[in-house]
Amino acid sequence: MDSTNQTTPGLQAKTRLFSCIVVLTNVLGNFALGWGMKHGGNMDGSAMSFVRVVFNPWVLLGIALLAAWVLSRMALLSWADLSYVIPVTSIGFVLNAIMGYLFMGEQISALRWLGTLCIVGGTVIVGLTSVSTTTGVEK
Amino acid sequence: MNRWALITIIVGSTVASDMLQSWQMKRHGEVTDFRVHRLLATLLGKLPMIASVFFLAVSFYAFLALLQISDLSFAVPATALSIAVETILARLILKETVTPARWTGVLLVTIGVWLLAL
Repeated sequence: MDSTNQTTPGLQAKTRLFSCIVVLTNVLGNFALGWGMKHGGNMDGSAMSFVRVVFNPWVLLGIALLAAWVLSRMALLSWADLSYVIPVTSIGFVLNAIMGYLFMGEQISALRWLGTLCIVGGTVIVGLTSVSTTTGVEK
Repeated sequence: MNRWALITIIVGSTVASDMLQSWQMKRHGEVTDFRVHRLLATLLGKLPMIASVFFLAVSFYAFLALLQISDLSFAVPATALSIAVETILARLILKETVTPARWTGVLLVTIGVWLLAL
């Protein structure tokens, strides 16, 4: 292991696990919401249409997943820096784009793939840094 | 409402929500009890967390309003702006040490999100 890295291996593993949960619940939640809104979700501004949309099974699934996203992200922030969590979970932007490409027939230009590459690169760089630079330095 | 006003609201409330969340969770310390009711009690029982959820809701509704008057490809880079703002504030207010490697990563991610939107 890198000797300059102050994070204990256990915390690093826990951080990886929670980063994965945060990203997956966010991406799958957004996808379920998007799918629900495109298949049957039709909001015309009336209260009834809003209720119908909320009880659409896909939208319900999306809301449940996004609730899990908020909770797991809060837990992650209890031991990891905000300046670590923000870029690492940005990989979700990429996965969202790929889900759109695979399952919703959205087009991805060369420029978008380049952007995707930048995000993946940035995520990997930040992921290699210590999880927390503010607490538990002398462990 | 004009779209730049909406973007200001989105970025401002996202940043406020994340700063409150991060600040409170750091103060709370590492979460070790993951039973759902215990988790909900620790996470949502504190005023900064409730305020943070409020700002999250504001940002969500402003984002929906923005999506009604502009393209997704315009709305998404607005959220990328909050990545940069939050890293600067994490250093200034939360006193996090942002190493050169982390700055580089944040810069790459921000550029990447902008490229995605083009």
